[in-house]
This record gives sequence, structure tokens and C-alpha cells, in this order.
Amino acid sequence: MSAELLAKVLIIDLTKKSYEIADRPDIFDPGLGGAHAAIRLLTEEVPEGADPLGPENAIVLAVGPLTCLFPLASKTVAMFKSPLTGDLGESHAGGRSAIAIRHAGYGAIVIRGKSELPVYLVIDGPKVEFRDASAIWGMTRASTSANIVRGKETGAGLRTIMRIGRAGERLVRYASVTTETYRHFGRMGLGAVFGSKGLKAIHVPGRRTVDVADPKQYREVYDEIHNAAANSDLMKKYHDIGTAINVSHLHEMGGLPAKNLQTTRYEGAEALFGEHLAENYLGRRLACGHCPVACIHIAAHRQPYVDEPYFYKTSMISYDYELLYSLGTMLGVADTPGYLRVTAAIEDCGLDAMTAGCVLAWATEALEKGLISTDDTMGLKLAWGDCDTYIEAIGMICEQRNEFYQTLALGSADAAAKYGGEEFMFAFNKTEMAGYHTGPATYVNNITGARHSHLDSAGYSFDQKAKPEERTPGIMAQKLISEERWRQILSSLVVCFFARGVYKGDVVLKALACAGVELTDDDLTRLGTETLAAKHRFKMREGFSFEDYTLPKRIFETPALGETIQESDIREAVAEFARLANEAL
Amino acid sequence: MAKRLAVVDAERCVGCQVCMFACARWQGAGGVGRTRIGIRSVGGMKHGFIVVVCRGCEDPPCARVCPVDALKLRKGGGVLLNQSICIGCGNCQKACTLGAIYWDEDAGKPLICIHCGTCAEYCPHGVLALEEHPVGEGVPNVG
Repeated sequence: MSAELLAKVLIIDLTKKSYEIADRPDIFDPGLGGAHAAIRLLTEEVPEGADPLGPENAIVLAVGPLTCLFPLASKTVAMFKSPLTGDLGESHAGGRSAIAIRHAGYGAIVIRGKSELPVYLVIDGPKVEFRDASAIWGMTRASTSANIVRGKETGAGLRTIMRIGRAGERLVRYASVTTETYRHFGRMGLGAVFGSKGLKAIHVPGRRTVDVADPKQYREVYDEIHNAAANSDLMKKYHDIGTAINVSHLHEMGGLPAKNLQTTRYEGAEALFGEHLAENYLGRRLACGHCPVACIHIAAHRQPYVDEPYFYKTSMISYDYELLYSLGTMLGVADTPGYLRVTAAIEDCGLDAMTAGCVLAWATEALEKGLISTDDTMGLKLAWGDCDTYIEAIGMICEQRNEFYQTLALGSADAAAKYGGEEFMFAFNKTEMAGYHTGPATYVNNITGARHSHLDSAGYSFDQKAKPEERTPGIMAQKLISEERWRQILSSLVVCFFARGVYKGDVVLKALACAGVELTDDDLTRLGTETLAAKHRFKMREGFSFEDYTLPKRIFETPALGETIQESDIREAVAEFARLANEAL
Repeated sequence: MAKRLAVVDAERCVGCQVCMFACARWQGAGGVGRTRIGIRSVGGMKHGFIVVVCRGCEDPPCARVCPVDALKLRKGGGVLLNQSICIGCGNCQKACTLGAIYWDEDAGKPLICIHCGTCAEYCPHGVLALEEHPVGEGVPNVG
């Protein structure tokens, strides 16, 4: 038996309502998918200088060689030109998306053009259907449109439904795409790209056999990975309390950005601790497809209706560290139900939680300092911890009721450029930061990471774990770029980063061999470097520069893990990172 | 006594579908094309999951409707398929009240759980178990 290699690319043209299945083994050569394949496709699909919200932008969705074969290889890598940053857009999501795409027969899907009439796509194996989505366009609660698609189409249990909300339709530059209700292509505005193309949702059912080279060897390697995943402490951490455990850890250490990073601790933050949520609200855990861990934590939140006694609605709302930070601590929220309601509002309209939270935090401080007035906010008195007002503001951003909210819909960098307050605005290359004020490396990571995501090079981890002798800008840059290069391999296998401790080099090579891909350690090192360089080339082609960044003063004023961050450390490390990155171009 | 697969508690199910992949892998392949067990949500991910698998009926409707007698009663409950005489008519699939008979698109034949317990071995959260239950006594099938 020979193993099935990734080869097919489904190319969908929304303008022409046509599609083709291209045989493109070259895109996946020498056997990777995910980020490695996606950047190749994106580079050939999107012309230089393309309007991110124009028909010339393309959406690439890529899965990996281990998808459907091994556990925790269930991420889909989305690439597109970002309407938020103007260069590379890259966002990853799990759910059942990757499994459905590979089961449908594809290594990657490319979506081009723009539909005049809103549509949703049904990708059923070799057949693509363009369905009228005008009746589900404009719904204020995004999950309702998904429910309708789910009810209308077949494939229960073996499908993915990706969809946007009102924010994507309205082209908010940080609109997200949600898959399986609780997972998101959150960052960099994929939802707005969907919206610009008139694309409301994608439904992919799939059930198929994927052949391996040697079934006996496959089972052995599988057991090794499964046992390592199911029994490791790392996994226990993500399953038990989940990523929310970080709230109390970072609060304790003094690295949790709170109230727009005016502080890292505040009275009432305990309401957002993972332990508190697990004990009082956790209602269910969910897993992505083919993942034994089940890190998705869902709070059951019961709210009484005010108009009728003993009448309640119970909402199931997912929570994770980054949301607890951005929609919680960053906004000074001190009550759990309030936080959950803000999260639900973000889910309803389909916004990226991290960017939206940072935008609201900037706006709260801008109002506090008089840079904007309640005339701008249309009467909303944004204030730390005032969840009801934040919920109203989320709706205003989504609908862009006036010039101020139109500006907020472009992100906090544009807002600060227009109204001031750049010294307390935390977007790097227009991408709002994750919840780690841990030291210089986290900011070097924010500036240099190809996605400007903490997950690119884990600067927060360097800040916490580096040995004293490693804490130099030169070593920091070297470590971060090495980490980012290795993570390109994980992203090209679409292995969840939570499983990075399980998928070490030797395990990766064994798993790849089962999938018919023979590589060496040296190959992995080279391919990681090449993939990152290809992403950098795309970014630079679209105007990105490692030199072009500003550092908000606030990060030097608020101590990080009890210490003052030195600006020179960040600048020297970024320069060194840029030198190393440029060498590989 | 022959054991049967029991759904001990579907409320513990996280929807990972590791059982489905285990079933297919036991048959020598990746993907879920050959799975004989299914997990699907109860109207969306918010509301949990149901396990759709053979419950080892005492008098299985699937066997009753097979025109060529390819389904023989399994000792201890359930049925065993004789692949060589099955004509792939699909009657058994239609007859199964639970919807627990799956279809092998490549072979054109039904896929029916044989109660081997592989899925239960891999279930990370205690949803499934292979247990002894005398024929005529119900098998736990909670959800």
C-alpha cells in the first residue's frame, strides 16, 4: 500500500461561481502542508499591492500531511492579505475544519474573487455548490446563521461550518471567522476578507479513508503519540483548568496586563481566575477533531429575564486565557457574569476578542484622559469594569455608527494615530498584543513575529524561563528566531502548538514516514527556515519592515514581573532578529 | 461470556472522535472512511454529543432484513457480517433503528460494529467500555 500524499488544491472563484481541482504536488513538496504550502499558494495568488478587501485578494486554507492520521494535527492554516496590517494575514483554527478539508480530499483550498450576492459554499468531495446566503446575511447573532446552515445541509458529525458574523459583513478589520461555534480564525481580519467577498459561510462534510504506508508501523507510532499526549502533564494542564490557569499565574507574577496596562494587578481580578471559572461556571469541555485533550472550556451562564419571574436563559460561553485578558483584565472587569456577557457579545458579532479588547481598553483610557469625549462615543461612558457599556460599544464598532466607531473598526493603531494616546496603544504592526507583560522578549516577539502573535516565537516563555546568562539581546534574538523557525514546521504539519512537547523532531519524522514523507532532521531545519523566509518575503513585498515600529511608553512604565523593561534591550534584539531574518531571505 | 460495547456516559464525551479514528485504524487505514462508530453533536457543539454505535440487539432488525443471510447473530449480542456473500443492498442500514450501520464507500458494503472494544481503549474520557452483559439484559447506552 502506498500512503496518500497531499496533492489536490481546490480553487474556487466566487466571481465566476466556478471551481477546479488542481493537481499540485509541487505546492506540498517535499511533503508538508499548512504554512509551508499556504505561503506558496498565497504568493502566487495575490498580486503585489492587492486591495485586501478587493476581489484580487485570495483566501488560502491549508491542512497537513498528518491530518486525519495522527492526533493533534487538526489545525487549518488560513493565509490571506490582511486588511488589518496590509501585509501577511495568517490565522490558525482547529475544530473539525482540518479534518473535514482532508476528508473532502484536499490539501488546500483557494478562494478567489467576489460574489455580488452573498453566498455560502458547500464543498462536498469533488463537488462545490454556491448557495444563496442573502437570507442569513445581516443576522445580529452569528450562531443563528450557522444553525440554519447546519439544519439545511447534511453531514452531521463529519463536517465543519466556518462562518462570519455581522462584523465580517461590515468589514471591521479585525472580524473573525468562527468554526464549530467555539474555535476561531480570530486574528488579522479573515472575517472581513470573507465579508468583502460576499462569503458568509463554508460547509464541508467529509468521510473518507486516508491510506498509510504500513498499517502496523502506523499503529505503533500512533500509540506512541497518543500515549504521550493523553498522559503528559502538559496535556493535563490544558484539559483540567485550561489556558485560563494563566490568569492567576500571571497576576501573581506581575505580568498580567490590566486596565490598558496601567497595572498588572487589581482588586477583583480573582473573578477571572481559571480556578474560579472551573469551580463555579465550567459546564462542558470540548475537543477539536482527533484530539484527546479537550482544552475547550465552556462556561454555563444562567441569566434571569427581568420581565418574568423564574424565567432564565442559559448560555454556553467558551473562555480561554487570551479572552480573559483582553475582554477581562484589560478592561478592569471584576465580575464573572459581566465578563461572560462581553464575550458573548463578541461571539455574536464575530470580532477578534484580542484586538477588540485592546481597542476598548485604549478607548477607555482615551476618554479618561480627555482625548475623546462622549460626543465621539455617542454618549457611552466607557469605564473600567462597566460591562454593559462595553457591550454597547461592541455593537457600535460592529455597525460603525459614527466616525469615531468607524475609526475603532480599523484597530487601535488607526484610532491612536487619529486621536492620540499612542503611548498607551498596544498594537505592533497594527496587531494588538496578547496578554503577556513579562519582559523585553515578549515585545521583541510582538514586533518580529511574522503574525505578530505571542505564538510565533513565545517571547513570554523566554522572559520567564531564560537563564540569567542568556538574557542578552543577541541570544534573545537567536532563540526567538530559532523557535519561530521550528514552529513553521509544526504549522506546516498543522500540529497544535499545545502538543509541541509531544511532537519533537524524532516523533515528527516517524509520523511523517507513516504518511509517506521521508525527511531528515536537517530537512526540517531547512524547511522551517525557508517557510519563515517565504513569509517574510511576502510581508516585505507588501511594505513590512523590521525597522518600522514604535514602542508605547507605557510598557517601560509598568513593571514586568517586577522589573522595568529597558528600551535598548528591545531595540537591539529586534535589530539582531532582523539581521538573522534578512540573511535567510 | 462475550462482551458488548457499552456507552457508559455520553455526557462525558468531548466530541474528539478519537474512537472513530481508532476504529478505522484498527482496520488498517487513516481517516474515518471505515469507522463503525459515530459521534455527533446534539444540535450543535453547545449541547454535547451522542454516540451512534451498535447496541448489540437481542433480535437485530438488520439481520432480519438481510436477503442473503449475510448477517449472523453474534454470540453475546449483535451481528457478524459475512462479507463474501453480502450483496451490498443496504437493507440492513435502512433497518437499523439507531442509524448505527455505516457504509464502506470503497467496498460498497456495510460497516457494523463487532464489539471488539478498540474504540473504548482509546476513549480518553470514559465514555465507552467493553462490558459483559447477558443477552436479554440491556446494555448501558446512555445517550
